[in-house]
Amino acid sequence: MVNKMNPNKFMLGKKIGMTQLMDDEGVVSPVTVIEVNTNTILTIKTKEADGYSAVVVGYGDVAEKRLNKPKVGQFKLWNAKPVKVIKEFRVSEDHGFEKGQTIDVSVFEKDQKVSVKGRTIGKGFAGTVKRWNFACGPMTHGSKSHRITGSIGAGTTPGRVLRGKKMPGHMGDKNRTIKNLVVVGNNVEKGLLYVKGAVPGKKGNLIEVTST
Amino acid sequence: MSNIIDELEKEQLNKQAPSFRVGDSVAVFKEILEGKKKRIQRFEGLVTKIQNTGVRTLFTVRRIVDGIGVEKSYLLHSPLLSKVEVKQKGKVRRARLFYLRDRVGKKATRVKKRD
Repeated sequence: MVNKMNPNKFMLGKKIGMTQLMDDEGVVSPVTVIEVNTNTILTIKTKEADGYSAVVVGYGDVAEKRLNKPKVGQFKLWNAKPVKVIKEFRVSEDHGFEKGQTIDVSVFEKDQKVSVKGRTIGKGFAGTVKRWNFACGPMTHGSKSHRITGSIGAGTTPGRVLRGKKMPGHMGDKNRTIKNLVVVGNNVEKGLLYVKGAVPGKKGNLIEVTST
Repeated sequence: MSNIIDELEKEQLNKQAPSFRVGDSVAVFKEILEGKKKRIQRFEGLVTKIQNTGVRTLFTVRRIVDGIGVEKSYLLHSPLLSKVEVKQKGKVRRARLFYLRDRVGKKATRVKKRD
């Protein structure tokens, strides 16, 4: 098993949307298409210099005039082309990556299991029915408790609301990881990765794919 | 962005997909796996529904087997679908022939012919 902290395969991409893929045996799988333009390794952090071993990956093109001066300076220091997203991945010390190396979709092969991280769709301030799947009250027969939260605990004992009580609040717009999604295929030429099942976030969102 | 998905779905379309209409009598030849052996299963009946949804296009064939109505749905672009033979063209005034489900006897399969 691969150490969770040290996935040896990782990649940043963009969620394109969902469709279906049919294999030669006629089996149809629902897939999410993730577009991965080349990921570049900007720099490598080593245990001697930084105290831990990691690889800094850049994704997406961006014009230099869109960046602020600290960022321009950072890219100059790395001697790298400016990128939109910078992300660090912890790796084991014998990773074998090199600075300036590009990673393409071919690292994820068919039937491989991956973890996919994304930011879920924000739902705003949501009630308990939507947020925690609480049951609704009666809609008729004089009832007024249609979607109300209901009781949040007993009275004098314990005299307080228990910690972690499920209540209304902001829902979604959180980083979530889906584990053990199966890779159905990839298209190295177009930089597309097909993952079976749904992936958190809206179309166009940044997606992080790592080997499980 | 959705262009990528459109292209992907276009690639999966079967260019030799058979053409027929609702109301036609057809014989469907589909590959099935029996244990480890592959064989072609033939199913003949009336097309009662075509759901046009690009790659996911689905059609339903209905026939009466031993007095019991049997309906089978097929994916038009499935690679398992080897052949669809049009036996008799039919003339119908509806896109979905679900009214046949309520019928008994000879009327249950009868549809006007089309040349």
